[in-house]
Amino acid sequence: MHVLRLIFKNSFRHKLRTFLTVLGVSIAILAFGLLRTVIDAWYAGVEASSANRLVTRNAISLIFPLPLSYKEKIRQIEGVKSVSYGTWFGGIYIDEKHFFANYAMEPEHYLAIYPEIIIPPDQRTAFYRDRKSAAVGRKLADRYGWKIGDTVTLRGTIFPGNWEFVIRGIYQGRDQNVDETAFFFHWEYLNETMKKTAPGRADQVGWYMVEIKNPNLAADVSVRIDRMFKNSLAETLTETEKAFNLSFISMTEAIILVIQLVSYVIILIIMAVVANTMAMTARERIGEYAVFKTLGFGGFHVAGLIFGESLFITMFGASIGILLTFPVAKIFAQQLSTYFPIFNVDPETIYLDIAAACLVGLSAACFPTWRALRIRIADGLRRIG
Amino acid sequence: MKIPFSYSLRNLWTRRLTTVLTVAGMALVVFVFAAVLMLAQGLQKTLVQTGSYDNVVVIRKSSESEVQSGVERLQASIIETQPEIATGADGKRLVARELVVLIALPKRGTDKPSNIVIRGVEEKSMILRPQVKLIQGRMPRVGSSEIIAGSSIAKRFEGGGIGESLRFGMRDWTVVGIFDAGNTGYNSEIWGDVDQFMQAFRRPVYSSVIFKLRRLSEFDNVKNRIENDPRLSLEALRETRYYEKQSEMMAKFLRILGITLTLIFSIGAVIGAMITMYAAVANRVSEIGTMRALGFQRKSILFAFLMESLLLGILGGLIGLFFASFLQLFTVSTLNFQTFSELAFSFTLTVEIFAEAMGFSLIMGFVGGVLPAVRASRMNIVEALRSS
Repeated sequence: MHVLRLIFKNSFRHKLRTFLTVLGVSIAILAFGLLRTVIDAWYAGVEASSANRLVTRNAISLIFPLPLSYKEKIRQIEGVKSVSYGTWFGGIYIDEKHFFANYAMEPEHYLAIYPEIIIPPDQRTAFYRDRKSAAVGRKLADRYGWKIGDTVTLRGTIFPGNWEFVIRGIYQGRDQNVDETAFFFHWEYLNETMKKTAPGRADQVGWYMVEIKNPNLAADVSVRIDRMFKNSLAETLTETEKAFNLSFISMTEAIILVIQLVSYVIILIIMAVVANTMAMTARERIGEYAVFKTLGFGGFHVAGLIFGESLFITMFGASIGILLTFPVAKIFAQQLSTYFPIFNVDPETIYLDIAAACLVGLSAACFPTWRALRIRIADGLRRIG
Repeated sequence: MKIPFSYSLRNLWTRRLTTVLTVAGMALVVFVFAAVLMLAQGLQKTLVQTGSYDNVVVIRKSSESEVQSGVERLQASIIETQPEIATGADGKRLVARELVVLIALPKRGTDKPSNIVIRGVEEKSMILRPQVKLIQGRMPRVGSSEIIAGSSIAKRFEGGGIGESLRFGMRDWTVVGIFDAGNTGYNSEIWGDVDQFMQAFRRPVYSSVIFKLRRLSEFDNVKNRIENDPRLSLEALRETRYYEKQSEMMAKFLRILGITLTLIFSIGAVIGAMITMYAAVANRVSEIGTMRALGFQRKSILFAFLMESLLLGILGGLIGLFFASFLQLFTVSTLNFQTFSELAFSFTLTVEIFAEAMGFSLIMGFVGGVLPAVRASRMNIVEALRSS
């Protein structure tokens, strides 16, 4: 008990220095937590994918379409429950900086395959009925202040022209990890227009969403679909939704790696700062440690004092940092929703925060402890400042 | 009277452990700062050098990139007859109709596919891009399933080396040459005969038409004519502007990321320097008192402590930059969000980045040292001498 009191009193002997160190640690832990959250946000699409959904796309690459006629063929394959399809529209609202995902899809089956997208029943019926209508995510509607019945114009990049849509539905995610910034509209609207302006590009879809009866059959069904279209003009590549989303992320691997490395650098920086504080503290108190030893306290006690103080300071800073992570992440989520539609602090991030703080506290105390233990009592007592 | 410079220097040496730890913290911040700047610089350099100022790219209106664009044969022929197009040494016009598509190919050593650009080229494509040079093998023969690969594709992608073959579009394509395009985006591309590619990918339209201007000043003329022609619905851009636009989102992302990170990190390092300097002042109260008693002015003492802190900054900056300069050996390859294709670029250290990083570390040293130095200079002589 007395030792704990001593550690507490020791920690606040140099109020300014302790204050600065605690501040440094809390900023570092805050930054570390935010960087981990950024990495989580990157993988959010993978987390949200379901095991019983497959994606079939053109084997050459995503920019090549598949013929609409594949739909019925895929539906006949054993193990397939239902099939829907969509096309990446890539339309621009206002200018390039206002990015959000927008695609054309066949609505009824698509929404049935995605039970996590929740639209109120009356809006859902209105969306199905109106071919020129669109359904948008809650966050996206908030960002631009869209209401039901508003008209939105997107400038097509892949499909030329200005496209007008009427918002008939605003969806919410069932779970936290559902992207609420997407914009869906009827594939029929796109197709009818293409028939008029560019007949060669009509009746083509970007990808098929395939719902399977049993998640364990994913591999078999994928092989069956791909085998059916082997050696055709448009060969297919079928993979689980998770693998499909992962393939995007693996292409940006380098950036994730950089963010990961940088999140460790901040820990190293703060380690240097805390180690510096502890080294100075221990140097100033060498005389006191010698007195402790003279009084008969062993090395264990002296080490405990230094480690205790170091851990106390880092933990104090870390708890402030962790508490700050939540409000700051909220601000980040609002500011960066274009880049990261989903930005939630994971419990695992908090555990990592605590682990990093422990590591900093322990390693910062090592060297001063070694010095304090090694010094001979007479030298310690003789030494000045 | 001035306090000698060696006083500040020796003080740092006396407290070696503290100096090393503080400098290490600063060096890490400078390292991150320099690394991000070098990355953004490398990206910009790659994409800006990819284009030439006197080349014009014609793509479909509001299609943003060649991959999304489509130029019909008739439209391409109209472009080819524009009078502003320069003429080559052989008397033919310097214009090329090209097809650009993306295909997914696995990288060597992994089975993870990455999107890369396939460019169908014509005879004049090479001349239009003087930075592209064939370094191995030969050019593909017109009408054959032969391709040439950029040097970074040959190195990093399965089947991209000379003599190897790639399968796409229901055909096997033999790599008969490797080209090097210096520091440009073409290094991450595969080139072949445009008509063969149109057949293989079943795309009846070109993606873009590239031509060289006869005179630089004629850009506005030709741009207006093309964009106002009712048959065309195309837009013309200078090649440099076209590639600059493609890197905007990525460069903005890197900038935001870099500035946020270094700002947060520098707070950590400044705090480290502040702790060190406060301790340096606190440990030397009687020493400062003695110097004041000897007749050194407040100003000199302020200056000496500030110098000590600036030295910490300089050391941190130099060490950080020393390690950052090794980054130039690495090449980063990532997905460009805007074009959706693989792009390889390397960290680039320039004199400006060196100056910025050193300036940044000096600022960190100054901010960390100014308060402690002021405290040291304000000390009362009698109290300071009595303190020990």
